[in-house]
Amino acid sequence: MRISEHPILKFRRGHRVRFYFDGQEMKGFEGEPIAAALHAEGVRVLHYSEAGRPRGFFCAIGNCSSCLMMVDSQPNVRTCITPLRAEMDIRTQRGRGVLSGEQSEDRES
Amino acid sequence: MKQVDIAVVGAGPAGLHAALMGAERGLDVLVIDNAGQAGGQLVKQTHKFFGSREQRAGTRGIHIADELTKKLSTYTKARLWLSSTVLSYYPADQTLMIEDDAESIRLIQAQRLIIATGASEKLLPFPGNDLPGVYGAGAVQTLMNVHGVKPGRKVLMVGAGNIGLIVSYQLLQSDVEVVAVVEAAPHIGGYAVHASKIRRMGVPIYTSHSVKAARGEQVLERAVIWQLDEQWNGIDSTQFELPCDVLCLAVGLSPLTELLWQAGCRMVFVPELGGHVPWHNGRGATSVPEVFVAGDAGGVEEASSAMATGALAGLSAVESLGQCPDYAEATGAWSRELDALRAGPAGSKIRKGLQSLQL
Repeated sequence: MRISEHPILKFRRGHRVRFYFDGQEMKGFEGEPIAAALHAEGVRVLHYSEAGRPRGFFCAIGNCSSCLMMVDSQPNVRTCITPLRAEMDIRTQRGRGVLSGEQSEDRES
Repeated sequence: MKQVDIAVVGAGPAGLHAALMGAERGLDVLVIDNAGQAGGQLVKQTHKFFGSREQRAGTRGIHIADELTKKLSTYTKARLWLSSTVLSYYPADQTLMIEDDAESIRLIQAQRLIIATGASEKLLPFPGNDLPGVYGAGAVQTLMNVHGVKPGRKVLMVGAGNIGLIVSYQLLQSDVEVVAVVEAAPHIGGYAVHASKIRRMGVPIYTSHSVKAARGEQVLERAVIWQLDEQWNGIDSTQFELPCDVLCLAVGLSPLTELLWQAGCRMVFVPELGGHVPWHNGRGATSVPEVFVAGDAGGVEEASSAMATGALAGLSAVESLGQCPDYAEATGAWSRELDALRAGPAGSKIRKGLQSLQL
Protein backbone atom coordinates (compact mmCIF):
# COMPACT_ATOMS: atom_id res chain seq x y z
CA MET A 1 0.00 0.00 0.00
CA ARG A 2 2.05 2.88 -1.33
CA ILE A 3 0.90 6.48 -1.38
CA SER A 4 0.93 7.38 -5.07
CA GLU A 5 -0.37 10.93 -4.93
CA HIS A 6 -0.10 13.35 -2.03
CA PRO A 7 -1.29 16.98 -1.87
CA ILE A 8 1.97 18.21 -0.28
CA LEU A 9 4.70 15.60 -0.50
CA LYS A 10 6.72 14.14 -3.32
CA PHE A 11 8.48 10.92 -2.44
CA ARG A 12 12.03 10.46 -3.70
CA ARG A 13 12.44 6.74 -4.04
CA GLY A 14 15.50 4.64 -4.85
CA HIS A 15 15.74 1.90 -7.47
CA ARG A 16 13.14 -0.82 -7.33
CA VAL A 17 14.94 -3.93 -6.10
CA ARG A 18 14.19 -7.56 -5.37
CA PHE A 19 14.45 -9.03 -1.88
CA TYR A 20 13.26 -12.15 -0.08
CA PHE A 21 10.95 -12.42 2.90
CA ASP A 22 10.95 -15.91 4.44
CA GLY A 23 12.06 -17.17 1.05
CA GLN A 24 9.32 -15.39 -0.89
CA GLU A 25 10.36 -12.90 -3.58
CA MET A 26 9.24 -9.30 -3.02
CA LYS A 27 10.00 -5.82 -4.38
CA GLY A 28 10.87 -2.61 -2.59
CA PHE A 29 12.84 0.58 -3.06
CA GLU A 30 16.54 0.56 -2.33
CA GLY A 31 17.42 2.65 0.74
CA GLU A 32 14.01 2.69 2.36
CA PRO A 33 13.78 0.96 5.76
CA ILE A 34 13.27 -2.80 5.46
CA ALA A 35 10.14 -2.56 7.65
CA ALA A 36 8.62 0.07 5.35
CA ALA A 37 9.22 -2.13 2.29
CA LEU A 38 7.64 -5.10 4.08
CA HIS A 39 4.70 -2.99 5.23
CA ALA A 40 4.09 -1.84 1.66
CA GLU A 41 3.99 -5.51 0.65
CA GLY A 42 1.42 -6.22 3.37
CA VAL A 43 3.78 -7.93 5.84
CA ARG A 44 2.91 -6.81 9.36
CA VAL A 45 4.28 -9.58 11.61
CA LEU A 46 8.06 -9.15 11.79
CA HIS A 47 9.01 -11.01 14.91
CA TYR A 48 7.64 -13.39 17.57
CA SER A 49 8.39 -12.80 21.24
CA GLU A 50 9.93 -15.53 23.41
CA ALA A 51 6.35 -16.31 24.48
CA GLY A 52 5.29 -16.60 20.83
CA ARG A 53 3.33 -13.36 20.57
CA PRO A 54 3.45 -11.60 17.19
CA ARG A 55 5.32 -8.32 17.02
CA GLY A 56 5.24 -5.62 14.33
CA PHE A 57 6.39 -2.16 13.53
CA PHE A 58 5.98 0.23 16.47
CA CYS A 59 8.29 3.22 17.05
CA ALA A 60 9.99 3.59 13.62
CA ILE A 61 13.08 5.21 15.15
CA GLY A 62 15.09 2.21 16.29
CA ASN A 63 14.22 2.48 19.99
CA CYS A 64 11.70 -0.21 20.83
CA SER A 65 12.96 -3.64 19.50
CA SER A 66 9.53 -4.59 18.18
CA CYS A 67 10.80 -4.90 14.57
CA LEU A 68 13.87 -7.11 15.13
CA MET A 69 14.38 -9.58 12.26
CA MET A 70 17.00 -11.88 10.75
CA VAL A 71 18.68 -10.10 7.84
CA ASP A 72 21.28 -12.00 5.79
CA SER A 73 21.65 -14.45 8.69
CA GLN A 74 22.21 -11.72 11.27
CA PRO A 75 19.65 -11.67 14.08
CA ASN A 76 18.25 -8.65 15.94
CA VAL A 77 18.47 -6.21 13.02
CA ARG A 78 16.35 -3.11 13.69
CA THR A 79 14.44 -3.21 10.41
CA CYS A 80 12.67 0.13 10.96
CA ILE A 81 15.96 2.00 10.48
CA THR A 82 18.03 -0.42 8.38
CA PRO A 83 18.04 0.43 4.65
CA LEU A 84 16.82 -2.16 2.15
CA ARG A 85 19.41 -3.46 -0.32
CA ALA A 86 18.93 -5.62 -3.41
CA GLU A 87 18.78 -9.40 -2.81
CA MET A 88 18.51 -9.13 0.97
CA ASP A 89 17.38 -12.30 2.70
CA ILE A 90 14.95 -11.17 5.41
CA ARG A 91 13.39 -13.62 7.82
CA THR A 92 10.85 -13.49 10.64
CA GLN A 93 12.72 -13.75 13.93
CA ARG A 94 11.55 -15.99 16.74
CA GLY A 95 12.61 -15.06 20.24
CA ARG A 96 16.12 -13.71 20.66
CA GLY A 97 17.47 -15.20 17.46
CA VAL A 98 20.75 -17.08 16.99
CA LEU A 99 24.10 -15.50 16.15
CA SER A 100 25.82 -17.00 13.12
CA GLY A 101 28.44 -19.52 14.22
CA GLU A 102 26.56 -20.13 17.46
CA GLN A 103 25.13 -23.61 17.78
CA SER A 104 21.47 -23.47 18.58
CA GLU A 105 21.81 -26.30 21.12
CA ASP A 106 24.33 -24.19 23.08
CA ARG A 107 21.64 -21.67 23.82
CA GLU A 108 19.68 -21.71 26.99
CA SER A 109 16.11 -21.27 25.95
CA MET B 1 40.97 12.07 21.55
CA LYS B 2 39.09 14.63 19.49
CA GLN B 3 37.99 17.77 21.34
CA VAL B 4 35.21 20.23 20.58
CA ASP B 5 33.89 23.38 22.23
CA ILE B 6 30.27 22.25 22.17
CA ALA B 7 28.74 18.84 21.49
CA VAL B 8 25.01 18.74 20.79
CA VAL B 9 23.14 15.45 21.07
CA GLY B 10 20.12 15.49 18.77
CA ALA B 11 19.68 17.25 15.42
CA GLY B 12 16.01 18.17 15.81
CA PRO B 13 14.64 21.72 16.00
CA ALA B 14 16.21 22.28 19.45
CA GLY B 15 19.62 20.76 18.72
CA LEU B 16 20.02 22.51 15.36
CA HIS B 17 19.17 25.88 16.89
CA ALA B 18 21.54 25.30 19.81
CA ALA B 19 24.32 24.35 17.37
CA LEU B 20 23.71 27.41 15.20
CA MET B 21 24.16 29.72 18.20
CA GLY B 22 27.63 28.27 18.76
CA ALA B 23 28.58 28.11 15.07
CA GLU B 24 27.52 31.70 14.43
CA ARG B 25 29.89 32.80 17.21
CA GLY B 26 32.85 30.93 15.75
CA LEU B 27 32.93 27.88 18.04
CA ASP B 28 33.75 24.26 17.19
CA VAL B 29 30.40 22.53 17.27
CA LEU B 30 29.61 18.86 16.76
CA VAL B 31 26.01 17.69 16.37
CA ILE B 32 25.31 13.97 16.72
CA ASP B 33 22.06 12.22 15.75
CA ASN B 34 21.15 8.56 15.47
CA ALA B 35 18.87 9.09 12.47
CA GLY B 36 20.19 9.10 8.92
CA GLN B 37 18.70 12.52 8.29
CA ALA B 38 18.79 15.76 10.34
CA GLY B 39 15.62 17.53 11.48
CA GLY B 40 14.27 15.18 14.14
CA GLN B 41 10.48 15.19 14.10
CA LEU B 42 10.42 18.13 11.66
CA VAL B 43 11.05 15.75 8.76
CA LYS B 44 7.55 14.32 9.10
CA GLN B 45 5.66 17.52 9.88
CA THR B 46 3.84 18.38 6.68
CA HIS B 47 1.50 20.89 8.29
CA LYS B 48 2.04 24.65 8.40
CA PHE B 49 3.20 26.16 11.68
CA PHE B 50 1.09 28.66 13.62
CA GLY B 51 2.07 31.85 15.41
CA SER B 52 3.97 34.90 14.26
CA ARG B 53 6.28 35.26 11.31
CA GLU B 54 9.28 34.95 13.67
CA GLN B 55 7.84 31.61 14.71
CA ARG B 56 7.77 30.55 11.04
CA ALA B 57 3.99 30.61 10.79
CA GLY B 58 2.88 29.28 7.43
CA THR B 59 6.07 27.23 6.93
CA ARG B 60 5.91 23.45 6.90
CA GLY B 61 8.17 21.53 9.30
CA ILE B 62 9.75 19.57 6.46
CA HIS B 63 11.08 22.81 4.94
CA ILE B 64 12.35 24.17 8.28
CA ALA B 65 14.50 21.03 8.70
CA ASP B 66 16.16 21.57 5.30
CA GLU B 67 16.71 25.25 5.94
CA LEU B 68 18.37 24.75 9.34
CA THR B 69 20.60 21.93 8.12
CA LYS B 70 21.76 24.00 5.13
CA LYS B 71 22.47 26.97 7.37
CA LEU B 72 24.58 24.88 9.73
CA SER B 73 26.55 23.43 6.82
CA THR B 74 27.79 26.92 5.86
CA TYR B 75 29.96 27.00 9.01
CA THR B 76 33.24 25.16 8.50
CA LYS B 77 33.70 24.62 12.24
CA ALA B 78 30.29 22.98 12.61
CA ARG B 79 29.99 19.27 11.94
CA LEU B 80 26.98 17.00 11.77
CA TRP B 81 27.40 13.28 12.42
CA LEU B 82 24.33 11.36 11.34
CA SER B 83 23.57 7.65 11.87
CA SER B 84 25.63 8.02 15.04
CA THR B 85 24.39 7.10 18.49
CA VAL B 86 25.71 8.53 21.73
CA LEU B 87 26.05 5.45 23.92
CA SER B 88 27.17 7.20 27.09
CA TYR B 89 28.58 10.28 28.73
CA TYR B 90 31.42 10.22 31.25
CA PRO B 91 31.13 13.36 33.39
CA ALA B 92 34.57 13.00 35.05
CA ASP B 93 36.41 13.75 31.80
CA GLN B 94 33.44 15.23 29.88
CA THR B 95 33.64 12.51 27.26
CA LEU B 96 30.98 11.12 24.96
CA MET B 97 31.16 7.62 23.53
CA ILE B 98 29.67 7.52 20.03
CA GLU B 99 28.92 4.55 17.78
CA ASP B 100 28.54 5.15 14.06
CA ASP B 101 26.61 2.99 11.57
CA ALA B 102 29.75 1.00 10.75
CA GLU B 103 29.69 -0.01 14.44
CA SER B 104 32.95 1.76 15.19
CA ILE B 105 33.34 3.64 18.44
CA ARG B 106 34.68 7.15 18.84
CA LEU B 107 35.35 9.24 21.93
CA ILE B 108 34.80 12.98 21.91
CA GLN B 109 35.71 15.38 24.67
CA ALA B 110 33.39 18.39 24.84
CA GLN B 111 33.84 21.53 26.92
CA ARG B 112 30.07 21.98 26.91
CA LEU B 113 27.35 19.43 26.26
CA ILE B 114 23.86 20.32 25.06
CA ILE B 115 21.34 17.52 25.35
CA ALA B 116 18.48 17.82 22.87
CA THR B 117 17.41 14.20 22.65
CA GLY B 118 13.68 14.94 22.44
CA ALA B 119 11.00 12.60 23.72
CA SER B 120 9.55 9.17 23.11
CA GLU B 121 5.93 8.19 22.81
CA LYS B 122 3.96 6.92 25.74
CA LEU B 123 2.29 3.55 25.51
CA LEU B 124 -1.23 2.98 26.80
CA PRO B 125 -1.80 -0.17 28.89
CA PHE B 126 -4.61 -2.38 27.53
CA PRO B 127 -4.81 -6.07 26.56
CA GLY B 128 -3.48 -6.61 23.05
CA ASN B 129 -1.41 -3.41 22.91
CA ASP B 130 1.51 -5.44 21.53
CA LEU B 131 -0.39 -6.63 18.43
CA PRO B 132 1.10 -5.63 15.07
CA GLY B 133 -1.03 -2.68 13.98
CA VAL B 134 -0.78 -0.82 17.30
CA TYR B 135 1.63 1.95 16.34
CA GLY B 136 2.89 5.18 17.86
CA ALA B 137 1.71 8.37 16.17
CA GLY B 138 5.31 9.26 15.29
CA ALA B 139 5.75 5.89 13.58
CA VAL B 140 2.58 6.38 11.55
CA GLN B 141 3.88 9.79 10.45
CA THR B 142 7.27 8.35 9.56
CA LEU B 143 5.80 5.53 7.51
CA MET B 144 3.38 7.78 5.66
CA ASN B 145 5.14 11.17 5.35
CA VAL B 146 8.77 10.09 5.06
CA HIS B 147 8.51 6.73 3.28
CA GLY B 148 5.20 7.11 1.44
CA VAL B 149 3.69 3.88 2.77
CA LYS B 150 0.11 3.74 4.03
CA PRO B 151 0.05 2.47 7.62
CA GLY B 152 -3.19 0.57 6.94
CA ARG B 153 -6.73 0.88 5.63
CA LYS B 154 -8.75 1.83 8.71
CA VAL B 155 -7.11 3.76 11.52
CA LEU B 156 -8.41 4.35 15.03
CA MET B 157 -6.72 7.39 16.56
CA VAL B 158 -6.28 7.41 20.33
CA GLY B 159 -5.79 10.92 21.71
CA ALA B 160 -7.31 14.22 20.59
CA GLY B 161 -4.39 16.46 21.43
CA ASN B 162 -2.71 18.33 18.59
CA ILE B 163 -0.66 15.29 17.53
CA GLY B 164 -3.72 13.04 17.33
CA LEU B 165 -5.71 15.61 15.39
CA ILE B 166 -2.91 16.58 12.99
CA VAL B 167 -1.94 12.97 12.25
CA SER B 168 -5.63 12.14 11.63
CA TYR B 169 -5.74 14.91 9.05
CA GLN B 170 -2.48 13.73 7.48
CA LEU B 171 -3.95 10.20 7.20
CA LEU B 172 -7.00 11.58 5.40
CA GLN B 173 -4.65 13.50 3.05
CA SER B 174 -2.95 10.19 2.27
CA ASP B 175 -6.33 8.66 1.45
CA VAL B 176 -6.50 6.46 4.56
CA GLU B 177 -9.79 6.11 6.43
CA VAL B 178 -9.83 7.33 10.05
CA VAL B 179 -12.69 5.44 11.73
CA ALA B 180 -12.74 7.60 14.86
CA VAL B 181 -10.71 9.60 17.33
CA VAL B 182 -11.12 8.60 20.99
CA GLU B 183 -10.06 10.86 23.83
CA ALA B 184 -10.12 9.87 27.52
CA ALA B 185 -10.51 13.44 28.74
CA PRO B 186 -13.95 15.09 28.60
CA HIS B 187 -12.57 17.77 26.25
CA ILE B 188 -10.56 17.85 23.04
CA GLY B 189 -7.03 18.84 24.02
CA GLY B 190 -5.81 20.13 20.65
CA TYR B 191 -6.69 23.32 18.78
CA ALA B 192 -10.34 23.66 17.73
CA VAL B 193 -9.30 24.47 14.16
CA HIS B 194 -7.71 21.01 13.75
CA ALA B 195 -10.70 19.26 15.37
CA SER B 196 -13.28 20.95 13.15
CA LYS B 197 -11.24 20.18 10.04
CA ILE B 198 -11.36 16.43 10.62
CA ARG B 199 -14.97 16.53 11.85
CA ARG B 200 -15.95 18.23 8.60
CA MET B 201 -14.36 15.30 6.79
CA GLY B 202 -16.69 12.94 8.66
CA VAL B 203 -14.46 11.61 11.45
CA PRO B 204 -16.29 11.24 14.80
CA ILE B 205 -14.44 12.34 17.94
CA TYR B 206 -15.49 10.45 21.09
CA THR B 207 -14.49 12.34 24.25
CA SER B 208 -14.56 10.55 27.64
CA HIS B 209 -13.84 7.32 25.76
CA SER B 210 -10.85 5.00 25.79
CA VAL B 211 -9.59 1.68 24.45
CA LYS B 212 -10.55 -1.34 26.52
CA ALA B 213 -8.72 -3.89 24.37
CA ALA B 214 -7.21 -4.56 20.96
CA ARG B 215 -8.21 -7.83 19.30
CA GLY B 216 -6.92 -9.91 16.43
CA GLU B 217 -5.30 -13.26 15.64
CA GLN B 218 -1.90 -12.34 14.24
CA VAL B 219 -2.50 -8.63 13.61
CA LEU B 220 -4.96 -6.02 14.84
CA GLU B 221 -8.50 -6.57 13.52
CA ARG B 222 -10.68 -4.52 15.87
CA ALA B 223 -10.62 -2.36 18.96
CA VAL B 224 -13.02 -2.43 21.90
CA ILE B 225 -13.95 1.09 23.01
CA TRP B 226 -15.75 2.16 26.15
CA GLN B 227 -16.93 5.30 27.84
CA LEU B 228 -15.21 6.53 31.00
CA ASP B 229 -16.95 7.85 34.09
CA GLU B 230 -15.79 10.90 36.06
CA GLN B 231 -13.18 8.79 37.89
CA TRP B 232 -11.76 7.61 34.51
CA ASN B 233 -13.12 4.09 35.01
CA GLY B 234 -14.55 2.26 32.01
CA ILE B 235 -18.32 1.65 31.95
CA ASP B 236 -18.99 -1.94 30.82
CA SER B 237 -22.46 -1.32 29.42
CA THR B 238 -21.10 1.30 26.99
CA GLN B 239 -18.54 -0.83 25.19
CA PHE B 240 -18.57 -1.28 21.43
CA GLU B 241 -16.22 -2.60 18.77
CA LEU B 242 -14.64 -0.70 15.91
CA PRO B 243 -13.07 -2.65 13.05
CA CYS B 244 -9.59 -1.24 12.32
CA ASP B 245 -6.17 -2.47 11.19
CA VAL B 246 -4.20 0.36 12.80
CA LEU B 247 -4.56 1.76 16.29
CA CYS B 248 -2.53 4.93 16.44
CA LEU B 249 -1.40 6.04 19.91
CA ALA B 250 -1.13 9.80 20.38
CA VAL B 251 -1.28 9.84 24.17
CA GLY B 252 1.65 12.02 25.04
CA LEU B 253 5.40 11.93 25.21
CA SER B 254 8.09 11.31 27.83
CA PRO B 255 11.38 13.24 27.77
CA LEU B 256 14.41 11.13 26.73
CA THR B 257 16.67 11.85 29.69
CA GLU B 258 19.15 8.95 29.94
CA LEU B 259 22.19 11.13 29.22
CA LEU B 260 21.03 13.77 31.69
CA TRP B 261 20.81 11.14 34.44
CA GLN B 262 24.27 9.87 33.43
CA ALA B 263 25.66 13.40 33.58
CA GLY B 264 24.47 13.63 37.19
CA CYS B 265 21.96 16.41 36.60
CA ARG B 266 19.46 16.94 39.39
CA MET B 267 16.20 15.44 38.10
CA VAL B 268 12.69 16.47 39.09
CA PHE B 269 9.41 14.65 38.43
CA VAL B 270 6.97 17.10 36.85
CA PRO B 271 3.89 15.44 35.28
CA GLU B 272 3.01 18.60 33.31
CA LEU B 273 6.40 18.41 31.56
CA GLY B 274 6.03 14.72 30.69
CA GLY B 275 7.77 13.00 33.62
CA HIS B 276 11.33 13.24 34.92
CA VAL B 277 13.14 16.31 33.61
CA PRO B 278 16.41 17.93 34.63
CA TRP B 279 16.14 20.99 36.79
CA HIS B 280 16.93 23.93 34.51
CA ASN B 281 16.95 27.70 34.82
CA GLY B 282 14.69 28.44 31.83
CA ARG B 283 17.72 29.19 29.63
CA GLY B 284 18.99 25.63 29.38
CA ALA B 285 21.44 25.57 32.31
CA THR B 286 21.11 22.40 34.43
CA SER B 287 22.54 21.71 37.90
CA VAL B 288 25.78 20.51 36.20
CA PRO B 289 27.69 23.59 34.97
CA GLU B 290 28.95 22.10 31.67
CA VAL B 291 25.65 20.39 30.73
CA PHE B 292 22.69 22.16 29.11
CA VAL B 293 19.27 20.93 28.04
CA ALA B 294 17.14 21.99 25.06
CA GLY B 295 13.78 21.06 23.57
CA ASP B 296 11.48 18.26 24.73
CA ALA B 297 14.24 16.61 26.82
CA GLY B 298 13.74 19.47 29.29
CA GLY B 299 9.93 19.32 29.19
CA VAL B 300 7.54 18.25 26.44
CA GLU B 301 6.20 21.18 24.36
CA GLU B 302 6.20 21.45 20.57
CA ALA B 303 8.55 22.30 17.71
CA SER B 304 8.33 26.11 17.87
CA SER B 305 9.24 26.21 21.55
CA ALA B 306 11.95 23.59 20.96
CA MET B 307 13.60 26.03 18.52
CA ALA B 308 13.49 28.78 21.16
CA THR B 309 14.71 26.64 24.08
CA GLY B 310 17.40 25.28 21.76
CA ALA B 311 18.61 28.76 20.91
CA LEU B 312 18.59 29.77 24.59
CA ALA B 313 20.57 26.68 25.64
CA GLY B 314 23.04 27.31 22.81
CA LEU B 315 23.52 30.93 23.85
CA SER B 316 23.94 29.95 27.52
CA ALA B 317 26.59 27.38 26.62
CA VAL B 318 28.48 29.92 24.50
CA GLU B 319 28.21 32.51 27.26
CA SER B 320 29.60 30.05 29.82
CA LEU B 321 32.69 29.76 27.59
CA GLY B 322 33.01 33.55 27.62
CA GLN B 323 32.28 33.83 23.89
CA CYS B 324 28.90 35.53 23.80
CA PRO B 325 29.17 39.34 23.80
CA ASP B 326 25.56 39.71 22.61
CA TYR B 327 24.14 37.37 25.27
CA ALA B 328 21.65 39.77 26.88
CA GLU B 329 20.24 40.98 23.59
CA ALA B 330 20.04 37.56 21.92
CA THR B 331 18.54 35.72 24.89
CA GLY B 332 16.07 38.57 25.41
CA ALA B 333 14.65 38.15 21.93
CA TRP B 334 14.32 34.35 22.20
CA SER B 335 12.84 34.56 25.74
CA ARG B 336 10.16 36.98 24.55
CA GLU B 337 9.29 34.62 21.73
CA LEU B 338 9.09 31.69 24.11
CA ASP B 339 6.84 33.66 26.49
CA ALA B 340 4.54 34.46 23.57
CA LEU B 341 4.36 30.78 22.60
CA ARG B 342 3.47 29.80 26.16
CA ALA B 343 0.91 32.59 26.67
CA GLY B 344 -2.82 31.89 26.72
CA PRO B 345 -4.82 28.87 27.83
CA ALA B 346 -2.92 26.42 25.58
CA GLY B 347 0.29 27.18 27.50
CA SER B 348 -1.16 26.88 31.00
CA LYS B 349 0.05 23.32 31.52
CA ILE B 350 3.61 24.21 30.52
CA ARG B 351 3.59 27.34 32.68
CA LYS B 352 2.41 25.30 35.67
CA GLY B 353 5.05 22.63 35.00
CA LEU B 354 7.88 25.15 34.73
CA GLN B 355 6.72 26.76 37.96
CA SER B 356 6.82 23.49 39.89
CA LEU B 357 10.27 22.78 38.38
CA GLN B 358 11.58 25.84 40.20
CA LEU B 359 10.09 24.90 43.60
